[in-house]
Amino acid sequence: MFKFLSDVVTTATVSADWIGIRAVKDTTKACAIRDAHPESNTQRFGHGAMVEVLANGQFGYSATNNLSESSLAAAIVSAYGQAIAASDWAVHSFTVAARPKATGNYVSPHRKGLDALSPAELNQILLRICDQLKVSDSIAQTTASARSHDIETWFVSSNGSEIYQRDYVIETHFGTIAQDGPTTQLRTDHGYLAHSYQGGWELFPGLDLWQRVQQVGEQAVELLHADNCPDLATTLVLAPDQMMLQIHESIGHPLELDRILGDERNYAGGSFIQLEDFGSLDYGSKLMNVTFDPTVAGELASYGFDDVGATATREYLIRAGKLERGLGGLESQQRSHVPGVANSRASSWNRPAIDRMANINLEPGDRTFEDIIANIEHGIYMETNRSWSIDDQRHKFQFGCEYGKLIENGQLTRTLKNPNYRSVTPQFWHSLSQVGDRSTWEIYGTPFCGKGEPNQLIRVGHGAPVCAFEAIEVFGGAV
Amino acid sequence: MTSAVVVAKQLAEKVFGELADAIASHLAGATDFTLSLSGENSQFTRFNRAHVRQSGQVNDGNLLLTLMQDDRTASATVPFVGEFETDWPLLKTALAELQGMVPQLPVDPFLVLPTGSATSRTVHQGEILAVDQIASTLLSPVNTLDFTGIYAGGLIFRGYADSAGQRHWFESTSYSLDFSLFDPQNRAVKGTFAGNQWQQAKFLDKIDQAKHQLTMMARPAKTIERGQYRTYLAPAAVAELLHMFSWGGVGEADLQQGNSAFGLLRQGQRQLSPKFTLQENFEQANMPRFNGYGEVAPLQLPIIQQGQLVNSLVSSRSAKEYKTPSNYASRGEHLRAPEILTGSLTADQILPRLERGLYLSNLHYLNWSDHPNGRVTGMTRYACFWVENGEIVAPIENLRFDESLYHCFGDGLMDLTTFQETIPEIDTYDCRGLGDSRVPGILVDDFTYTL
Repeated sequence: MFKFLSDVVTTATVSADWIGIRAVKDTTKACAIRDAHPESNTQRFGHGAMVEVLANGQFGYSATNNLSESSLAAAIVSAYGQAIAASDWAVHSFTVAARPKATGNYVSPHRKGLDALSPAELNQILLRICDQLKVSDSIAQTTASARSHDIETWFVSSNGSEIYQRDYVIETHFGTIAQDGPTTQLRTDHGYLAHSYQGGWELFPGLDLWQRVQQVGEQAVELLHADNCPDLATTLVLAPDQMMLQIHESIGHPLELDRILGDERNYAGGSFIQLEDFGSLDYGSKLMNVTFDPTVAGELASYGFDDVGATATREYLIRAGKLERGLGGLESQQRSHVPGVANSRASSWNRPAIDRMANINLEPGDRTFEDIIANIEHGIYMETNRSWSIDDQRHKFQFGCEYGKLIENGQLTRTLKNPNYRSVTPQFWHSLSQVGDRSTWEIYGTPFCGKGEPNQLIRVGHGAPVCAFEAIEVFGGAV
Repeated sequence: MTSAVVVAKQLAEKVFGELADAIASHLAGATDFTLSLSGENSQFTRFNRAHVRQSGQVNDGNLLLTLMQDDRTASATVPFVGEFETDWPLLKTALAELQGMVPQLPVDPFLVLPTGSATSRTVHQGEILAVDQIASTLLSPVNTLDFTGIYAGGLIFRGYADSAGQRHWFESTSYSLDFSLFDPQNRAVKGTFAGNQWQQAKFLDKIDQAKHQLTMMARPAKTIERGQYRTYLAPAAVAELLHMFSWGGVGEADLQQGNSAFGLLRQGQRQLSPKFTLQENFEQANMPRFNGYGEVAPLQLPIIQQGQLVNSLVSSRSAKEYKTPSNYASRGEHLRAPEILTGSLTADQILPRLERGLYLSNLHYLNWSDHPNGRVTGMTRYACFWVENGEIVAPIENLRFDESLYHCFGDGLMDLTTFQETIPEIDTYDCRGLGDSRVPGILVDDFTYTL
């Protein structure tokens, strides 16, 4: 593939400053079961190439799913035309420094291949999950699904880049809805497809799967008869499967440099962070240490290079509460003069790279889960995101969870349904009062981070410990 | 449009037909299939501060082959480039893999086999901007403004064929411009502009409207305390609420499985206003009427009529499972051509009847906050104003709302406007979207703001 793509680049007829091709082959296999019947069994093979050309300081692109030599050659001409047509109106005059020469490989860690489970075996496991979720007649719906992805990417350029990366991804989910008359309650395995990781079928079914299935079914029924979360300001303790969403929405997105530079203002929105805040702003409590880390083995958004060839490294975004670095790739770094990271990423061959999260993790502190709860006189503990909404500057948010517990006098007591909370981002992170240790740290992922024009969904990973926040407004649902 | 795109447009329909014929000739009589095609030749030009941020073209297409045999089924997707000699080997390989896979799978008791003899062909011709005209045409009139957004245009095509002999083709050459204008205080107004024929005069008029609205944003912003206020939601804001009807809303499967905000409406425990009527209306929709089973939806289908849930969206799969007639909804049972009927509120009466409260042009980032009770949270966005004595007083700092659809379209619904606006579907996740919604503005009493 490298030779074929390199030959296309070297024989190009346009007088560009730089030409690059990112070719992608993606094989996805997916199975979904509902109420012990098959919903879908699908496989998807896709391929295509993103051709980028730099001319007159402007990048132009042309993407095609026709991988013939003539089609790619035509795409180079088309991308050159795009760059020239736009260059008089360019938002910034880019240089080749935005596409440095890079060579190397990255392959996801995996012990088993993606063919290790046959479609028949996968269906049988998911059917059994649905069966086991139905712990009582109150269970109105059971679902279980699993997807595997084998994604190969080749990146070549006119300045000598040759990068090969291969992602093996497993995404799994199960959940149930319990119903009693007009009351319904959803309970899932840490949120929709939150069990998304890089690896092979050694990840599923894991050793604790059947215990988790039983617990999800039982907790759905338990929630039917639980009290509503009370309306008050109190200490809020979040489990790692909700911290994932909290980090994503109120740290990840506001730190994206393209949002701060204004690219996203018409769609996803801007940010309350300004360029001059980097290096000086106290983002939150001194207990707060946040890293951009695409080097964590098995986390969903790990890679060796981003989609423009920047080498991926672990970097602190926030250290001891202070904002150090933005989530911006080489183009945003040229435009903003703010330190960034290797995060120019595209959802596939048919979209250009933009600033994205990868793995954004909250580093562990020094408290066990028992320590955290024991230190709280009154509070609410919440698990598993079920609702999320935040404003376009990433300021005012309201998040809802599936499962809550009342904390009284240092102990978890009654189960609570419909636990929700709302706050404002800086105030919330400054209220961080306890950070769990490594024993409380868990990693989850999501394939559904949406952003960009044209729109793109991309995979991100988030690792976090259990955390406690002071004086947060919590509330429940309709009685 | 480039010459390569013209060739692709001419060949795609022909090659798709040849591929469907080839599949049919390779399958024995006991096996059914459906073959769907989705493709586009699209231009995307992205703007920031009245400059071009990114510009490019995407030529993409995918074939979805579904095989059905002995009450079992599986599907495969492969690329489509519009050349039989390129596309057939991949499709043939997928067919062979499905033939090996389907017998391994569990029986699907709700499998929908292709039946009927429906055929259709719809072509929406278009005249849109050439690549080298886009930047200058769009940016020259706004070069002194903080203009940001995206132009997307080109050919979109959809095809369907099956073993029963049904055949459908849909193509549309269209564009959409989705933009915002910002003032130095970072306050913004929003505009969308879409169609099949680029109309420069209408574009300039749209920009002038946005500029005028932006001048109203220059007044000092008013901070509104949380509470309940009478609120006017303009059509674009209503369209955001309408999206919620397709996400755990009026689909039959969601209603049956306890996953709907309108379960209480069906059970008679909650009511909507007799002023509220929602229907599917394909009369003017830029959207295929055929679904993934090759079925053609009725031209009109009432969903909520004068507050009563008279129809859910029922796919043929749900029809089989729940033993109720299909109304040829899509597999996902989401609204494809929604329309909310108008009321009696004339444009000049909006502010007087609002009297004191909030005028909201747009909403942002909606999600269920209490799904079974139809409660939705989200943010105000863009041109939103505080109104006193029937006059706009000041723009507002953005507010979070948390309110039930049973209130917005139920006991809180004071009136709907006498006019509708067509809100184009401008999503471009994976591919450019099709369709639009036709919605009026609504006046709601005691709309709840929480942060």
